[in-house]
Amino acid sequence: MHTGKTFETRDPRTGEVIAKIAEGDKADIDLAVKAAREAFDNGPWPRMPGCARARIMHRFADLVDQHVEELAALDTVDAGKLFLMGKMMDIPGGANLLRYYAGAADKIHGETLKMARPLHGYTLKEPVGVVGHIVPWNYPTTMFFFKVSPALAAGCTMVVKPAEQTPLSALFYAHLAKEAGIPDGVLNVVPGFGPTAGAAMASHMDVDKISFTGSTEVGRLVMQAAAMSNLKPVSLELGGKSPVIVFDDADVDMAVNLVNMATYMNKGEICVAGTRIYVQEGIYDAFVKKSVELAKKSVVGDPFNPNVHQGPQVDKDQYEKVLKYIDVGKSEGATLLTGGKPCSDKGYYIEPTIFTNVTDDMAIAQEEIFGPVMALMKFKTVEEVIQKANSTRYGLAAGVVTKNIDTMNTVSRSVRSGVVWVNCYFAFDPDAPFGGCKMSGFGKDMGTDALEKYLHTKTVVTPLYNTPWL
Amino acid sequence: MVARRAASSFLSRRGLLLPRPPADSLLRADSARRSLPGAVYRFSTAPAATADEEPIKPPVEVKYTQLLINGNFVDAASGRTFPTVDPRTGEVIARVAEGDAEDIDRAVAAARRAFDEGPWPRMTAYERCRVLLRFADLMERHNDEIAALESWDGGKPLEQSAGGEVPMAARCMRYYAGWADKIHGMVVPADGPHHVQVLREPIGVAGQIIPWNFPLLMFAWKVGPALACGNAVVLKTAEQTPLSALYVASLLHEAGLPDGVLNVVPGFGPTAGAALCSHMGVDKLAFTGSTGTGKIILELAARSNLKPVTLELGGKSPFIVMDDADVDQAVELAHRALFFNQGQCCCAGSRTFVHESVYDEFVEKSKARAQRRVVGDPFKKGVEQGPQIDGQQFKKILGYVKSGVDSGATLVTGGERVGSRGFYIQPTVFADVEDEMKIAQEEIFGPIQSILKFREVGEVVRRANATQYGLAAGVFTRSLDTANAVARALRVGTVWVNCYDVFDAAIPFGGYKMSGVGREKGAYSLGNYLQTKAVVAPLRDPAWL
Repeated sequence: MHTGKTFETRDPRTGEVIAKIAEGDKADIDLAVKAAREAFDNGPWPRMPGCARARIMHRFADLVDQHVEELAALDTVDAGKLFLMGKMMDIPGGANLLRYYAGAADKIHGETLKMARPLHGYTLKEPVGVVGHIVPWNYPTTMFFFKVSPALAAGCTMVVKPAEQTPLSALFYAHLAKEAGIPDGVLNVVPGFGPTAGAAMASHMDVDKISFTGSTEVGRLVMQAAAMSNLKPVSLELGGKSPVIVFDDADVDMAVNLVNMATYMNKGEICVAGTRIYVQEGIYDAFVKKSVELAKKSVVGDPFNPNVHQGPQVDKDQYEKVLKYIDVGKSEGATLLTGGKPCSDKGYYIEPTIFTNVTDDMAIAQEEIFGPVMALMKFKTVEEVIQKANSTRYGLAAGVVTKNIDTMNTVSRSVRSGVVWVNCYFAFDPDAPFGGCKMSGFGKDMGTDALEKYLHTKTVVTPLYNTPWL
Repeated sequence: MVARRAASSFLSRRGLLLPRPPADSLLRADSARRSLPGAVYRFSTAPAATADEEPIKPPVEVKYTQLLINGNFVDAASGRTFPTVDPRTGEVIARVAEGDAEDIDRAVAAARRAFDEGPWPRMTAYERCRVLLRFADLMERHNDEIAALESWDGGKPLEQSAGGEVPMAARCMRYYAGWADKIHGMVVPADGPHHVQVLREPIGVAGQIIPWNFPLLMFAWKVGPALACGNAVVLKTAEQTPLSALYVASLLHEAGLPDGVLNVVPGFGPTAGAALCSHMGVDKLAFTGSTGTGKIILELAARSNLKPVTLELGGKSPFIVMDDADVDQAVELAHRALFFNQGQCCCAGSRTFVHESVYDEFVEKSKARAQRRVVGDPFKKGVEQGPQIDGQQFKKILGYVKSGVDSGATLVTGGERVGSRGFYIQPTVFADVEDEMKIAQEEIFGPIQSILKFREVGEVVRRANATQYGLAAGVFTRSLDTANAVARALRVGTVWVNCYDVFDAAIPFGGYKMSGVGREKGAYSLGNYLQTKAVVAPLRDPAWL
C-alpha cells in the first residue's frame, strides 16, 4: 500500500491480533480505480462475449470450492462465524452464486421496440463501468459474492473495500480470481477503513457506481458523498428491524424453532435478523415458555467447535453496543426473561437474550441492535399486527408463520418489506432478488434483478424508410 | 486390430488433433486461412485424384451401436440392425440397432417413468445445471473423438467438426445449463382482488427427431433446452448418421443424468419416427428435416394426441448482393453461404441475387472461387468439401444439374461427379438463372450455386419473398437504411447482414411459412419445452392491487 501503513485484524474468540493488513487510504483507492478504469476502457473484460466471462467465472467458482476449508477458517477467525456453517453453506453458497451469474452473463438482453413513428429503436444493456463495492463484516464471503458476481457477469470492473474487521477472505478471493484468469485490474481489493478508503471511493469522480451493504448511518454518508461528487448511482442494503409474525394457528414448536433461528443466527449479526417477534395472544404464553427453554439450551462458544450454536460478536465495539442495548431495554421497563450477560471474560461472547413486555416505542423495539437479543410482543388481530410490523423506519425482511392461505396473502402484501418469508426464514436463493425498502435501502442483490445495478440502458434509434410494417 | 489402433494413435499425434478457434460461426473453421481477399489459396488441380485416393482411417473406434433406453445400451426388440455408411466410399462403417415401434414404446415408457416418478424434474434446477455443465466439459475433453465420428458418419471436413461443430455443441449445452435456474413466470395484475402467479413447468416427455446434416449440433439444439427445462426425452436420430448421438449420450450419463431422462433410438422415419409422432405418451414433438416430412409429422401429432410440434424445415434462402457491396467479400461470403457443409444446410444461401451493376464481375469471381474449392477426403487437411451424404442425395443433386442445363441456365463450372467412389460432386455454379426454373424454386441440398440478376431493391425483395419457404436470407450492403428496410421486408426467420451462418447460442433460429414453426436457440427455445400454468387465489383486504 501507498503509505506502508497497516492495521490489525483480531480474532473475536480472544481479542488477539491475527494479522496486520496493509491499510488502504485515498491514494490507494486512486490507484485501484485507475487500474479498474484502464481495465474497463481498454482491457479485454468488457470486450469478451458473456460466454467467455462465464468460463472464467466458472473456474473461479471451482477454485473457491477447492479451497473451502481455508476460506471457512479465515471467516471464522476473522468474524467469529461458525466454521461448519462456513464450510457447508457460506463458502459453497458463494461459489454457487458465481455460477448463477456465470450462467447469466450470456443472457443479458436489450429489446427491439415498438415505436409510434417510422423509427427503428432498440435498447442495449451496457456495463456501467467501474464499480465500487463496500462489503460488510457480518458475512464477508456471502456479501463479497453478492456484489462481485453480477458485476463481473455484466462486464464491469471493480474495486472492493472489505470491512476493516474482516479483510482476510476478500484478499484470498482476489488471489483465486487471478488464478482463475480474471484479467488484471478487473477485480481490485483495498482493505481499509470507512472514513478513509470507503469515503474516498464514494466520492471518487471516476467511479461509475457504488454498491454498499452496511449500517443505515454509513449508507447515508455514502449516498451523500456520491451526490456531492459525480452523482454516481448508489445501491444500499442497510439495516433492519424485521418482524416475525406468529399467528395462533401456527405449530408452536415449529414457530419457536423458526424464531430462535431468526433472531440468533450468526449471533444476531444479520441485517434481516427477525428481532421483533409478534405472537398472537392465543399461543403467546406457550410460545414464551418454549422460547426461553430453547434459548437456555443454546451452546455459546468457540465457533470451530461443531457442537457450538453461537460464536462471539465480531469485535469489542459491537460487543459493548449490544450490552448497552440490553441495559437500555432493562431501564425502559422491558422484562428480561433470559440471558442479558456476557458468557465469559475472554472474547466477545453474549448469552442469547429474550425481553418481553416490550412496547413498540422502546429503543429495543425500534433500533437495530445487531446482537442476540429477541423482543417478544403480543398481538390480537391481523390489522393490528400489520400496523405494528410497519411501524419502524426499516423495511428489510419479515417472517409470517401461519397455515391459512388468506392470512398469508393479506399479510405478505401488507407488510412493507423487501422480502417476506412464510413458514421459513433466511430463505435466500440465487434466483430470488433481495433488498429492502424505506430506510433499509434500495436496489436488489441476487436474482436477475441484481444485474440491473451494473448495467445501463442505452436506447438507439434510427429512421425507417419503406417498411412493410411498424 | 493392434495395427489399426497403432495407426489411429499415430494419426492422432500427427496433427488430426486440431487447435480450436472460438466457435461462434460455423464458417470460422476455414475462415482463418481465407479471411483476406487475395490471400494465397491452396490449389487443387486434380480434385478427382484426391477423392480417389485411399480414404484416411478415422482416428476413432465405434463403441456404441445399440439403442440407449433407461440408461442401458440394448438391442432392438426385433434384433434387427441397419448399416451406417461411409459416404467417402459407400462402405459400411458399422451396423446399428434398428429401433421400431416396440422400441419407441419402451423408450417412451422409460422417459415417462423418469419424468413422472424419477429424480430429474424434482432436483433443483441448479443440480440440473451442474449435470449439463459436466456434460459440456466431457464433450470438450472428447472433442476430437466425437468430431472424427461425425466426419466419418456424415462426410463433413474434420476441421469443421473438430474446430466448429463439437465446440458449438458444448457451448450450446453451457448456454442452456445457465437457463435452468432462471426460468421465470409472471405474477400478473388481476382486474380485481386476486393473486395471480404464472408457473412455467416442464412439459413432460419430449420426442425429438433430428436430421443427418448436423447430427451433433442438432442433438445439442434439441436436447439442451429440453433437459434444462426438466423434461425427459426420446430422441430419434437420422438413419444416415446414428453414431455421434449414441456416443455423447453415454457422456451425458457419465455426467450424472439419471436413467430414462434421455433415450436414443436410431431407426427410420416411417417406422421409429412415425411411432414417436403418434405416441399417446409423448407431450411434445420437435423435428428438423425436410418440409415434406414435416407435414407428415404435424399430421401424425394432430391425429394422435394433439401434441404441440415445432418444425425446422427446408429453405431456398436468398443471398442478396446490392450495388454498393464489396464484390470480393460478397463473392466469398455467397460462396460459403451455399457450399458450406457440401451445400447440405437448411438455410443455405441457394438463390444468389446479384445487382446488375456488379453481376458480370460477381459471376466470374464466383466461378474462380468454385473452381478453387478443395474437394476430397474430409479427414485430409485443407479439404473444404467432402462427399454428399448418400447415394439418394447424390442422384437427386445430379438430377438438378441436368434440370438447370435443360431449363436454359448457364452452367458456369462443375456439374460432374468427382472420382469414382463415394458421393463427391464438383462445386457447381449456374448463372442467368430465372425465378421459374426448378433450380431456383426447389431445395437442392447440394453444391449447386444459382446466380440471378436483379435491377432494384423493391424487385429483389418481391422475388426473394416469392417462395413457400422463409428460413433465412443474406443481405450484402453498406447502407444502413437499405439494411434496415430490407431486413424488415424479407419474410424470413433470420436475416444476416454482411455475414452468414452466424449461429451463436442466444440467437433464435427458425422459419416463416413452410420453412417451419417455432424457434430454436436462445431464450425462445425454452417455451418449446415448458407448459404454462396460471394459479389464482382471492385476496382479502389487500393493501394494494
